[in-house]
Amino acid sequence: MGKLYDMLMQDYRLREGLNACINCGTCTAVCPAAEFYRYDPRRIVDVVQSQDDSKIEELLKGDVIWYCGECMSCVTRCPRKNGPGLVIMALRSLSIDLGYFIESEKGRQQYLLSKDLCGNVLNYGYCVYPREFDYKSHPEAGPVWEWEEKHLEDVFERLGANLDGDGPGAMRKIPDEDLAQLKRIFDITGATKRMESVREAGRKKAEELGLTEEEFCTLLYEQSSPRHLNGQ
Amino acid sequence: MIYEGKRKIWSDYQKEIPDDHYFYVRSCIRQSFFPASEAAFLNITRNILGRDVFETEHHTTCGGIAYHSDTIPQETVMTIVARQFALMHKHGYENYVCSCITSFGVYIETLETWRTFPELEAKIADNLRKTCNLEFAKPRFVVHASDLIYKLREEIAAKAKYKLVNAKTGEPLKVVEHIGCHYSKMFPSKGVGGAEYPYVLTGMIEAWGGEIVDYPERRHCCGFGFRQYFIKGNRGYSLSNTHKKFESMEPYEPDFIITNCPGCPYFLDRWQYVIAESEGKTYGKDGHGIPVLTYEEVAGLVLGFDPWDLGLQTHQVAVEPLLDKLGIPYDKEKKFLGAGGKDLGRPALPSCLKCM
Repeated sequence: MGKLYDMLMQDYRLREGLNACINCGTCTAVCPAAEFYRYDPRRIVDVVQSQDDSKIEELLKGDVIWYCGECMSCVTRCPRKNGPGLVIMALRSLSIDLGYFIESEKGRQQYLLSKDLCGNVLNYGYCVYPREFDYKSHPEAGPVWEWEEKHLEDVFERLGANLDGDGPGAMRKIPDEDLAQLKRIFDITGATKRMESVREAGRKKAEELGLTEEEFCTLLYEQSSPRHLNGQ
Repeated sequence: MIYEGKRKIWSDYQKEIPDDHYFYVRSCIRQSFFPASEAAFLNITRNILGRDVFETEHHTTCGGIAYHSDTIPQETVMTIVARQFALMHKHGYENYVCSCITSFGVYIETLETWRTFPELEAKIADNLRKTCNLEFAKPRFVVHASDLIYKLREEIAAKAKYKLVNAKTGEPLKVVEHIGCHYSKMFPSKGVGGAEYPYVLTGMIEAWGGEIVDYPERRHCCGFGFRQYFIKGNRGYSLSNTHKKFESMEPYEPDFIITNCPGCPYFLDRWQYVIAESEGKTYGKDGHGIPVLTYEEVAGLVLGFDPWDLGLQTHQVAVEPLLDKLGIPYDKEKKFLGAGGKDLGRPALPSCLKCM
């Protein structure tokens, strides 16, 4: 039994998601990511089940564990009640905890995801906040969102929301005492530590690449090598 | 024979949905893109059907999107969940209803994991006490808001002003239902009808006069994929999944799509715009798209709400062809007005997707 495997087994999701894989490939057949990326969840579960640390380390430092969309379609169909999606979540957590995520193009996108999503949670109390969802970065949201962004307060008022207002309602301002509780939860449960380690690894990587933080973020947001894709 | 088989599977996956007295928690994505849907849900359940649905401004995100983007540990999301449950208990409720499908999956995953690993539940209870000084409690029932509308579907049908039929021909409209993945793919027994044949939206459509369309990729993900959408370079994943679904449903010529997840209607709506603008391909009639509605929007239309009060003007795919089929009146001059008739101008028109 390998050290990395032992670390993975500390994660409740791995204990729940890996029973006894029979390598039937049903997960890969149903997986939306396997159709788009060069991705095979069957192989990943097989590697973890092998308990081979060198192969697990290769997974933790590579791109493939970041291809999954966590839709969990695999969980429904697995005839042995495994959860390849849960195994992926455990692998990703360990990759981040060990700093390995920064070594792959897809893994280092965590820098931006952590910055944006954790920022939204701590600053606003929401994972997604419309003032941070700009049309320029999301042109697929269409001209209707371009219009809505320009008139956000008016549109939200028209739709019966309470944008940044006091009291209950859609998109209300989350009271400061509640945001303070979220911050304390982040501090005590390891989220703050994870944010800081991801930020530090990202800073070092940007320096190594000779990029400013802004240039690094743009690269992370837009870069996508065709080598990830099926049929390339 | 196959139809009867599905009926049997549906009957095997029924869940208990309390009739009344709920603690309501909102969805980050639904609030951002479909705030009028949440307003409609509260209006229907509280004012039209007389149910007690309580909301406090002190609830927050469940953290589910950050969790499924792997930015926060499992212990963090579980402690935020425990805080939400504690607020429910503090206000004297034991039935918990959530607007978000990602949240619903997180709540069920959390409760199931606590059941399997009681030492983890004890740790989270301790986290909650240390960080929020709140009393740990678990709900008696957790339901998604679409479960509650499903439960009340016949009461809604009894008060309906419109049926889901073609007003000119009397034929039932053909409807595609799209269930959010985290509703029942992880824990099939927690969703009405299970994971393979979920009945939660089908039951609504049948009760309101429409006809469900079956098609090969009915259970395929919309393609959100969390990190696969939030990072621009990954968005091809999201687009290709939606494209696959539309190519599969196109031959069945659905009149509209009903969804229960907050993210799916956004993706199924907006990626149609992208496919139209980049490939010149549209899936509705005469250059239009196929309208994608939330279940609250469909319930609201059936009950006679003004389409613009329901926020249908914030969809990229025009809903007017659907309203015309249903015989629902609307004032096109008021579509993009703000509160009190304030002039907000109009969105630009796409070059290919017909929006008028």
